Amino acid sequence: MALNWTRFASPASFYPLAGTMIPWFGWGAAVLTAIGLWLGFAVAPTDFQQGEVYRIIFIHVPSAWMSMFLYVVMAFWGALLLGFNTRLSGMMAQAIAPTGALMTFVALWTGALWGRPTWGTYWAWDARMTSELILLFLYFGIIALRQAIGDSRRADRACAVLSLVGVVNIPIIYYSVQWWNTLHQGASVKATGASMETTMLAGMLVMSFAFWFYAIAVVLVRVRAIMLERERGAAWVAALAEVKA
Amino acid sequence: MTMTATVPAVVEAASGADQDGALAGLRWAVTRDLRLAMRSRAELGVQLLFYVIVVALFPLSMTPERNLLATMGPGVLWVAALLASLLSLPRLFASDHADGTLEQIALSPYPLEALIAGKVLAHWLTTGLPVALLAPLLALQYYLDGESVAILVAGLLLGTPILSLLGAVGAALTLGLRGGGGSLLALLILPLYVPVLIFGAGAVDSVRAGLGATANLSLLGAGLALALVGTPFAAAAAVRIALD
Repeated sequence: MALNWTRFASPASFYPLAGTMIPWFGWGAAVLTAIGLWLGFAVAPTDFQQGEVYRIIFIHVPSAWMSMFLYVVMAFWGALLLGFNTRLSGMMAQAIAPTGALMTFVALWTGALWGRPTWGTYWAWDARMTSELILLFLYFGIIALRQAIGDSRRADRACAVLSLVGVVNIPIIYYSVQWWNTLHQGASVKATGASMETTMLAGMLVMSFAFWFYAIAVVLVRVRAIMLERERGAAWVAALAEVKA
Repeated sequence: MTMTATVPAVVEAASGADQDGALAGLRWAVTRDLRLAMRSRAELGVQLLFYVIVVALFPLSMTPERNLLATMGPGVLWVAALLASLLSLPRLFASDHADGTLEQIALSPYPLEALIAGKVLAHWLTTGLPVALLAPLLALQYYLDGESVAILVAGLLLGTPILSLLGAVGAALTLGLRGGGGSLLALLILPLYVPVLIFGAGAVDSVRAGLGATANLSLLGAGLALALVGTPFAAAAAVRIALD
């Protein structure tokens, strides 16, 4: 059986699909958060160096991962838009940007709260913090560019070009600030194995999936709103049960 | 009917000896933009004065102590170069867009990428190059020694073309937008300028620390190569989007 993927490139057929997926990912996020926080706050042992403070890692690391991952996903949708000129791609990219910015902000904020007791400062001009701050500016730039363009089709394409230029630049920015200054602790999770307790790692991974599910659910809710707004003149919108009611 | 009939200059250039397309287009765009720039020399002068004034403001905001200024100098000169480049970016496309010339340029038989590369080259010759050449004079105000000044200028010569190339993408994306020329362009472009700033100012810093500037200058050169290959296409895509 060949599944016809391109069928869902049309807002009319993706709208109901997104509607069915939202509760699954929404509730999935809630359950995973509960498990992750339980692992993080009740099961994982106290860190021998940092004490209880380290437990913010269960929010900090997943949000930092998502902040970078979402930018790449947004750029991917931008590339699809420029390549295939599919309306849905632009809507997805638009829906992802605010969540990406939120994740970046959470990562920075929790980082500041973590830095105060461990490094003795809320902010340091460290490589990862600086590149995360620049990532936040990139998200703001994309959101602001979209706001400034009235026509949604032009906005989609302009934001796609900007996010693709940004995605080429992100590794360069990352390494440039890394060579420039480094204070941040090295990555705790590497491909060769993690330098932490199994329960800590489990809590962090579960929280990462929770953030992932949350991001998917929120993006789908937002993309449905964008579809309704942009296609308000279309027949399929007028035929929706919730619009008729 | 050929669309180019409305652009006599382009047709004239295209019917010349070099029908080769890209190179001819580049040459045409460089000469045209340089000629236009030379006709508004006062504007170029004002942009350079902006650079000089920004550099002169920093010592006034602190005790002008010799060591402190020498430490800050490279960074200040680079930030001022970034801002000078940013301020001059609207000149790249905005007036051509306003009077419809840009539309005609996009319709010409030359590849748009080449025409944009030519415009960027002209932009660099009239902003980046003067900024780099003026830098030694301003560096004296910051008590930088001879070797540091040489590296600073070398870095500026490698780095300012990247600023013009990346800036062209931002300038094209913000064409004709509400408040497009100013703060929005800054928000889009300044984060992308960060690596140039780090490597450029870092080159001088590492010379002052006795480490040699080869690594930083090589990275700037690599960045320039990458930007030369990629940004004309991104800028051309952005111009087409703006004209759509």
